[in-house]
Amino acid sequence: MTTSATSTSAPAPASLAGVATRRGQNLVPADAPVKIDVNALNFYYGPKRALDGISIQIRSNLVTAFIGPSGCGKSTFLRSLNRMNDIIPMTRVEGTVLIDGESIYDSGVDVVQLRRKVGMVFQKSNPFPKSIFENVAYGLRINGLVRSNTEMADRVEESLRQAAIWDEVKDRLHESALALSGGQQQRLCIARALAIRPEILLMDEPASALDPIATQHIEELIYELKKQYTIVIVTHNMQQAARVSDFTAFFWLGRLVEFDRTDRIFTAPAEKLTEDYVTGRCG
Amino acid sequence: MERGFRHFQDELDALKQRLLAMGGLAEERVREAVSGLMDRQAGGLDAVLAGDQPINDLHIEIDDRCFKLLALHQPMAADLRVIVAAVKINTDLERVGDLAVNIAEAGKRYLRHAPVKPLIDIPRMGDLAQSMLRDALDAFVRRDIALAEAVLAQDDTLDALKTQIFRELLTYMLQTPATIEPALDLILISRHLERIGDHATNVAEDVIFILSAKDVRHPGSGAAKAE
Repeated sequence: MTTSATSTSAPAPASLAGVATRRGQNLVPADAPVKIDVNALNFYYGPKRALDGISIQIRSNLVTAFIGPSGCGKSTFLRSLNRMNDIIPMTRVEGTVLIDGESIYDSGVDVVQLRRKVGMVFQKSNPFPKSIFENVAYGLRINGLVRSNTEMADRVEESLRQAAIWDEVKDRLHESALALSGGQQQRLCIARALAIRPEILLMDEPASALDPIATQHIEELIYELKKQYTIVIVTHNMQQAARVSDFTAFFWLGRLVEFDRTDRIFTAPAEKLTEDYVTGRCG
Repeated sequence: MERGFRHFQDELDALKQRLLAMGGLAEERVREAVSGLMDRQAGGLDAVLAGDQPINDLHIEIDDRCFKLLALHQPMAADLRVIVAAVKINTDLERVGDLAVNIAEAGKRYLRHAPVKPLIDIPRMGDLAQSMLRDALDAFVRRDIALAEAVLAQDDTLDALKTQIFRELLTYMLQTPATIEPALDLILISRHLERIGDHATNVAEDVIFILSAKDVRHPGSGAAKAE
């Protein structure tokens, strides 16, 4: 695998200038700082180009949703934001991804540090076959982030509270995490991701395997968490994207077709292709 | 496909058809009310009063269709705009039906008196209000923004006619107090016709919203200004 950080001449980035005030509504702060700045990103699985010139600016403390049909590249793109694609053989990256202005594909970047800053939650909840407490404590312990047992207990509680699962598990912290329901396991995985205090949370279809009530819990959690974190979520469920996100990016065949405020994407998208997708006429 | 698109499309087409049927009925009631007045046919005016029920029934049916489409299909973008606009157009058309009834009622009272004067501007207003309504609905069917915009431009003419009628009848009432009662009914009728033009304007604005996602109501205020 090779990863290169060449900057190529590519289409202009999807600029957000003026987006928030286009209709005189201030639903989204126009001045939210850019957290992730992607420019002309190409991604290849072997010879096949999976992402084609993606440029996008993801803003701090907002929720950005990626939508698009299966195979459109949205999950690949999400995983390129914390270099999770590095573990897949025969892949190659071109273009730049800046987080807080620093290129994450530079040769000197410590990928472990990067992933500590950019946490991830997956479609299938994947708790370790350990106790609820240990699931959250694990990342803190191996990273040497706490100095005492008291601090550890505090951090575990804080994370479980942030993930809105504390009240449900506080009396059985030392029971197996595998005994929890699917929705609880997913929130435990979110607590585990939050324990190491990341700044960005990537969520790859975090609720697609959950029932409506558990889904609602996750969505409420996303709403709470954006006060502290920058959240990027991939979802197949357009209603979910509409409910939880501030900005929505629509991907199609490896390209970013449209990126705008979520209310614009779902009421009056600029691109015909977006319109056809969100109204169910294609995809 | 996430939802049954064919099913949704069939339901959406049916909604549009019912809305057009309602528009046709409302327009017909206005035509009958004005011609009953012009021909001094009380029987024709009674038909207008009786004809309001089918419009009221459609009012409820169309709202119910919109409500179910929103709840069951969670439409987005252009589909969402059509349904939200349909709810509003539905209310406008129902009000047009009510105004036709108001015209018929005033017309029946007017027919109990001798004519105040030959009616010239009232039928002009009637024709204009009906054509605005027809054009707004045609713009909806044909997805024709230019036609919808042309409807907006006609509203001033209707307002001017109403003012003209008022001034003219005022002179009759001052000269001959016996004409006050029938003249007041004519003024009311002109006011009802002017309101029908306002509802046609609302429908045209909704058509523009459906087609372009632009809110053209109240230029210069809030959202419209920032567009």
